[in-house]
Amino acid sequence: MEITRRRLLVYATATPTLGVAVRLAADIGIGPDGPDALGPLGGPDPADAQIASIVDFTDALTLAALPTQHLLVVEITTEGRVVARLPRAEVGQGITTAVAQIVAEELDARLTDVDVVLEDARPELLFNQLTGGSNTIHALYGPLRNAAAGARARLVTAAARRWNLPASRLRTQDTAVVAPDGRTLGYGALTEEAARITIPAVSASPKNPANFGLIGQPTTRIDARDIVTGRARYTQDLAVPGALPCVVARPPTIGGTVRTLDDRAARAMPGVVAVTQIPTGVAVVAETFDHALAARDALVVSWNAGPAATLSDADIRTRLRNAVPPFVVPPLGSLTVDRSFDFAFVPHAPMEVLNCVADVRSDRAELWLSAKSPIVTAQTVAVKVGLPVDKVTVHVVRGGGSFGRRLFFDPAIEAALVSKAVGRPVRLMWTRADDTHHGRLRPASHHRARATHLLGTVVGYEHRMGSVTLDGSHGLGEILTAVGLEALGAAGQAMFRLSQLDLYHFGTQTRLLKEVDLPFPTGSWRSVFSGQVRTVDEVMVDEIARALRRDPVELRRAKLRSSRTKAVLDKVATAGNWGKALPSGVAQGVGIHEEYKSVVAYLVELDARDRSRPRVTRAVAAVDVGRAVNPRGLEAQLQGALTDALSYILQAGVHIDGGAVRESSFSDFRYARMRDTPVEVEVHVMPPTGEPGGAGELGVPAAAAAVANAWARATGSVPTRFPIVDG
Amino acid sequence: MPSYTFDLNGETVTVDVAADATLLWVLRDDLGVTGPKYGCGVGVCKACTSHLDGAAFQPCTVKVAECAGRSVTTIEGLADGDTLHPVQQAWIDEDVAQCGFCQPGQIMAAVDLLRRNPNPTDADIDALENVCRCGTYVRIRRAIKRAAGA
Repeated sequence: MEITRRRLLVYATATPTLGVAVRLAADIGIGPDGPDALGPLGGPDPADAQIASIVDFTDALTLAALPTQHLLVVEITTEGRVVARLPRAEVGQGITTAVAQIVAEELDARLTDVDVVLEDARPELLFNQLTGGSNTIHALYGPLRNAAAGARARLVTAAARRWNLPASRLRTQDTAVVAPDGRTLGYGALTEEAARITIPAVSASPKNPANFGLIGQPTTRIDARDIVTGRARYTQDLAVPGALPCVVARPPTIGGTVRTLDDRAARAMPGVVAVTQIPTGVAVVAETFDHALAARDALVVSWNAGPAATLSDADIRTRLRNAVPPFVVPPLGSLTVDRSFDFAFVPHAPMEVLNCVADVRSDRAELWLSAKSPIVTAQTVAVKVGLPVDKVTVHVVRGGGSFGRRLFFDPAIEAALVSKAVGRPVRLMWTRADDTHHGRLRPASHHRARATHLLGTVVGYEHRMGSVTLDGSHGLGEILTAVGLEALGAAGQAMFRLSQLDLYHFGTQTRLLKEVDLPFPTGSWRSVFSGQVRTVDEVMVDEIARALRRDPVELRRAKLRSSRTKAVLDKVATAGNWGKALPSGVAQGVGIHEEYKSVVAYLVELDARDRSRPRVTRAVAAVDVGRAVNPRGLEAQLQGALTDALSYILQAGVHIDGGAVRESSFSDFRYARMRDTPVEVEVHVMPPTGEPGGAGELGVPAAAAAVANAWARATGSVPTRFPIVDG
Repeated sequence: MPSYTFDLNGETVTVDVAADATLLWVLRDDLGVTGPKYGCGVGVCKACTSHLDGAAFQPCTVKVAECAGRSVTTIEGLADGDTLHPVQQAWIDEDVAQCGFCQPGQIMAAVDLLRRNPNPTDADIDALENVCRCGTYVRIRRAIKRAAGA
């Protein structure tokens, strides 16, 4: 707690258990080499493959955040506002609403009295300001409850002193302390006195969950009204004085560079303020975006081809196929189910294109953008513009979608360089075509999977993934090092090994990733590897069921390891009426996923009678996140996850032609529109069993698997390439 | 620099801009009306959807000269003071928004649909082409039906 004269600030407390992961990593003897780490029999070490069941990526992120959780702060202003400063980015996942619920719950405040403010980059937070891994609520639930409960105890104590009553006789309600005779004192009137209290006279412990009133209540987003009235402000909506529009001419191929530039015509055009070359292209700064875009078109640039210019889809697929590590178990004829699968590159394509407002001066810099790793953003920008990091301020602005994309901050570097070069604040924007052509991509991947069965039971399951290397250079390696897991290897390898679980009793199982360094800009895409890995695993479960002549749901029920996964499967099978009669060409499919301490199942119905225009017509999901802070927000995440999943399984991906992305916009990158989506999506939230797990990415892999399985059952043909309808 | 006068959200505005200035940037950068969002610039994503003389259009594909003497309504002009339009209210009641970026355009498209067709079928709603990258379509559909029934 910090004592100030003006208001109460209560910091969260946390138990320092950082050593746990370090010891775990040492005890289980994990090594750095992933696919090459061979066990005593020359095969992959099964203990290594199981690491995610001991310590997973969620643990890694949560542990990395722990040492600085005491720096989280809940503040009560003299006006009676409760202010939670959240060191995370709101990009649509609903964390600000959930955080407001948590804080209001423990303070007995009205939800409308809570403001959740996105924190500027705070380098002292170290690894506790990265928005990713569906980790925000899981990691912050305890610390925020502690901070809010501590604030409440001090407010009650302050009221007791004011009224000269025993604190134990007071209660709290509607952002006020209430005396036994009904008198009330609003928190705003108490905050200065409360700030001077070091030892409260009532318990500062969080509530018993049995007494929750707000946590667990379906709650409408706290910013819903701002959104529907157009008042919600995104980066380009900010009125930063003097900030000039800026766009960048970019090369025709990914990673291409300027060979020659003739900007005379562009500079002579109306409204143009400056033209300057930056590593990624040629920036045009102008009075308006019309001027900037017109001048960009007038630039005469010849480009050096980018490093991927010799690569097209077919070459990439071949490289990935050739890289996939071999199976340990040889094929055994009819006892083996062997399948292979290809996934295309998928762009993040958030609705709000990448952009940043930057004001770089000789002695300081100020940036505004939706950043999921603002500390690394500030550090990187500081180096790029030659300033000490404490002179770089990064304001985190609400984002128009991310899906992993805003872990990277490319526009911040560009905007800072341009602002420095032209001596003016700029608001740099990627066009949609820039975003599609040069944005980051979910890595393309190739998968081989083999199940071996004997006497009607599965005795072994192997899955090999070859993937274009995942870039985790937004601070992921530093986080893994901080929790002692750097030995797991590079970012992608470590994330893979920390996220893949054996959901089924299928004998000896191995899942291995081999990354292939190809010069494409990649990044985590909602659910990262699980989006592909679980799709393949779940399609294989259906294939195993077919080989064993068993019903896919019945086989899953018999083989699932955990009661939680069985419960969500049973829920969707019942609610979705599994096995009901459907016309030829229409079929159901199921998929299950476990990650982030949460489990989910989907059952979808897919109408594939027109194979060129398949449509998911109905979906039922059941989810167990331990405890849903906001079931309404959780439902939204599972609905959105389904839309993502049916998009990349059925119709949405991009092609690479000679090192360039073929698609340009939502006209040819066919992310689902209304006509592609089901009329009804039913979400069942299971009763609370503990503390919140993650949810933002959770639904994607299970929904994707359900759609793929429904396609196989509707058409009689197991999909081998995603998206299935290509072109 | 030519001068153009049009009605914007119930007020007469005059701007001195080039004839080929794009309405979206005039709205956003000259007039500070930021509800219409840039999502593609080519009329495909429809995040900027607003109304021209009461019908849905995309300001990213329209020049300001085409709007002279006409009436432009953006999301900011939809509510009647503090009283939300029934479609805005339905959007809150169904808790439609996630990131919210496309929702002003979604709402303006829905208002236009309901003006043309007060009781749209699912097939009518399917014809809406506004992209929502958070995938909120099922709630958009429910909100349109709720507003239609209001």
